[in-house]
Amino acid sequence: MSALALASQAAGILLAIALAPLLAGWVAQCRAWLQNRSAPPLVQPYRTLRKLFRKDAVLATDASPLFRATPYVVFGTMTLAAAIIPSVTTDLPMARVADAIALVGLFATARVFIALAAMDIGTVFGSMGARREMMVGFLAEPALLMVLFNAFLMFGSTALPTVAEGTLTADGLILHPSLAFAGLAFVMVLLAENARIPIDNPATHLEVTMIHEAMVLEYSARHLALIEWASWLKLFNYACIGFALFVPWGIALHDADSLTLLIAVVMLVAKLAVAGSALAVIETVSAKLRIFRAPEFLSMAFLLAVLGLLVHLLLRS
Amino acid sequence: MTLAAHHLFALLSFVGAWFALGIAGLVQSQRIGWVARTLFPLGALVGLGVACVGWSALADGFVPEQWVLPLGLPDLPFHLRLDALSGFFLLLLGSAGAGISLFAAGYFREGEGASPGLLCLQYHTFLASMVMVTLADDAYLFLVSWETMALSSYFLVTTQHRIPEIRQAGFLYLLIAHVGAIGLLLCFGVLQGGNWQMTFDAMRDATLAPAWASIAFLLALFGFGAKAGLVPMHVWLPEAHPAAPSPVSAMMSGLMLKMAVYGLLRIGLDLLHAGPWWWGMLTLILGLGTALFGAVFAAVQTDMKRLLAYSSIENIGLIFAAIGLALLCRTFDLRLLAALALTAALIHSFNHALFKSLLFLATGSVLHATRERSLGKLGGLIRRMPWVATFALIGTLALAGLPPLNGFVSEWLLLQAFLSTPAIPHAFVNMIVPLGAAVVALTAALAGYVMVKFYGVIFLGQPREPLLMHAHDPGWLERLGLGWLAFGCILIGVFPQCALDATTGVTRALLGEVIHRGPAPWWIAPVSTAQASYSGLVLLAGMLGVIGVMFFLVRRMYHGRVRRTPAWNCGYPWLTPRMQDTAEGFGQPIRHMFGLFFRMQRELPSPDDSAPHYRIHIEDRFWHALYLPLARAVSWLADMLAVLQRGRLAVYLLYSFLTLIVLLVFVL
Repeated sequence: MSALALASQAAGILLAIALAPLLAGWVAQCRAWLQNRSAPPLVQPYRTLRKLFRKDAVLATDASPLFRATPYVVFGTMTLAAAIIPSVTTDLPMARVADAIALVGLFATARVFIALAAMDIGTVFGSMGARREMMVGFLAEPALLMVLFNAFLMFGSTALPTVAEGTLTADGLILHPSLAFAGLAFVMVLLAENARIPIDNPATHLEVTMIHEAMVLEYSARHLALIEWASWLKLFNYACIGFALFVPWGIALHDADSLTLLIAVVMLVAKLAVAGSALAVIETVSAKLRIFRAPEFLSMAFLLAVLGLLVHLLLRS
Repeated sequence: MTLAAHHLFALLSFVGAWFALGIAGLVQSQRIGWVARTLFPLGALVGLGVACVGWSALADGFVPEQWVLPLGLPDLPFHLRLDALSGFFLLLLGSAGAGISLFAAGYFREGEGASPGLLCLQYHTFLASMVMVTLADDAYLFLVSWETMALSSYFLVTTQHRIPEIRQAGFLYLLIAHVGAIGLLLCFGVLQGGNWQMTFDAMRDATLAPAWASIAFLLALFGFGAKAGLVPMHVWLPEAHPAAPSPVSAMMSGLMLKMAVYGLLRIGLDLLHAGPWWWGMLTLILGLGTALFGAVFAAVQTDMKRLLAYSSIENIGLIFAAIGLALLCRTFDLRLLAALALTAALIHSFNHALFKSLLFLATGSVLHATRERSLGKLGGLIRRMPWVATFALIGTLALAGLPPLNGFVSEWLLLQAFLSTPAIPHAFVNMIVPLGAAVVALTAALAGYVMVKFYGVIFLGQPREPLLMHAHDPGWLERLGLGWLAFGCILIGVFPQCALDATTGVTRALLGEVIHRGPAPWWIAPVSTAQASYSGLVLLAGMLGVIGVMFFLVRRMYHGRVRRTPAWNCGYPWLTPRMQDTAEGFGQPIRHMFGLFFRMQRELPSPDDSAPHYRIHIEDRFWHALYLPLARAVSWLADMLAVLQRGRLAVYLLYSFLTLIVLLVFVL
């Protein structure tokens, strides 16, 4: 574990934290353009954060310590998740601490905490949002795990950097049919887990249709800022998981020099820009599903990922 | 007694001490201060002693100790043996049992059914019989201890025997326990292989014909499955666990179910030689089915102890699935993988003993503070019972399988075991097993759902009943018991390698192979560092570090001002506790999605009903598909036989005469 690796690890985490609001701003901008609205500035999320951090926090009278701790816990788990996803380089010391199963566990921790906090005050929308979020989560989580298993079976490791390296160092471009299924399932999970249309709408103002927003209705000021930042970081993390699994080109390998790392950062920004606009297109052309249909959508994602696993096993034997 | 058997001697004295405590309870059986506050903490100390001896039996180079007791029948003396497998389960029993005993010391009150002294005797007999189950080295002693365990726990379940439902639940438990015990009796009958030697040593050496070995395995799976709550023999768990006092529920779920796991490991991996692959496959599929079934049913429960009982079924399913995988890998001689799967089973057993006991005890505290078991009448207890709420939160997060607690470690090991199976040289098995990982993942995620429901409805939100405003935390003994178990959950989660080290002796003895050792006590890498590694401590430190830095930065750069106001609730001021989501509401998506699992009866009011009444009744399909037809068949058979009963002496004499004639025909 070299000093350089540790330094690039720390830089990677800071980069993720800093870039995540930008990605959210970019998606919002693309969506506005596609919907023929005038777009908010790209840096709008940063302004929102600054505004929220400055305000006085308003807490419900009987909010418990769990309610106050949750924003920090959620932010912490998302930051740790960013530390083990190879976004710029595969030389990640933290990836040996927590593999991709632990990554899914971290996402689950964040989800459970935020759902518990939503139930803490006992408001109508909070508990309803918690139930819906857990419903989406208990199907999306195994689907994500199955997508990851597709990659693990190929490269014999549950560490994401090893998977990315495996694709990068393979001779020529090998097409894995199972990855097609896994890719489709992954996009569906990404939409559901990041509260995007067709499962949830991040810009909704109607409480009855909310999932994620319903859970954070009672939060304000710095707590809300941390929760929002963590949810942007989650989108960033999901995008980077997708890159590492399906399009790892551009990610620097072990012992890369500074120029390669710089190129890797530029590639990452380019990939994020493309992925963000693709997300905006998906959100614009699809309609929100009724909440009763969400399980069907997610079980399809789960079954697609399992199908990918079966295809992989069939082709190998 | 020789010096070589000093571990066994220590264990026997602990068993004796527990019996002595039980008898001491009878001396002044009505004095709660003597029985509960004095004898139970002493019992907890004895439990720690058992755990220490169990731990020492797990050390590298421990030679199994054997001893023949001068007790038993004339030609059937009791054989005892302490090896790594018994040691592991003694460690589990002692350490979790100590926490439960401490809690029980504060929990038992006067005037709750049976007299405290009697309860004390049954409780300590139960503990002692479980120790004897793990030490037994012949079928005779094993079954005697097994039955003692079943009977003492039956009496504990029916502590409040004046309530008809509790008597009924106890009867169901006793019935299934005995049906299972018949399976075990027959199993040992097959295992002796015609030598009529009842010692386990002789059974190990016996060579059974393949068909007989398979029959023995199936009987063992049936017998231990009935005790553990494997589908379809699970029906007694959701009845017996809520009926029992909470420390007893904790013991039954946390410890007694593990004795069934121990028994299956002893027979399946120790006494029986490697069998055909379908043994493992059957266990795996039954285990996975049980796990999914338990998780789905737990999600729709409205009684907090029933919910935990179904969650126990789920966890037992995962443990059996891991054992199935170990058996499967042993058939194909993949010893490292078998060791990994077995380790996952053992660690999950240990974890389950800790967190499920913790949660059952927490429900006990809630029950005492509120006299309420129904989730629909609880809520908001985190503000009234902060200690219990904190410990229960740790148990909840551990049971939901979240890092960096212990539940995640076993889940991680199990998934690693499933993912490493592509080496199996059998195309069909090779295809099926990775799909098991999908079921495990789904079950684990459902467990998260269940635990959010459990914790959220009991401890969070607004109190649903005005009575709850007077709830308060339990005394220090109960807190100590809860804290001990919660500490165990954190310890195994943060230093997973220490727990894994405790299993190496077992895997070496049963499979002749051990998994790789991680680079540090807090770092595990069971197959190789290249494939996967995980460190709970670093993860926890990282999380706490980020949280600390963010907290400091926010305070430093901005401020920490807080204003308290009534809840906003989107501007709606007339918020009442009845508006919160209920337990039924939380179960609704699961009812909707897994409708096939349930037998549902719904009562919906008509639109012009002035007093609308909603009701939903959910039942287990197995009752109607299996148990009720079975019961009808048995009673039909009994009716047929009743025809013989004429009540007239002449008819009975005729029967004797006819019997004699028939026998004479055979003889001549």
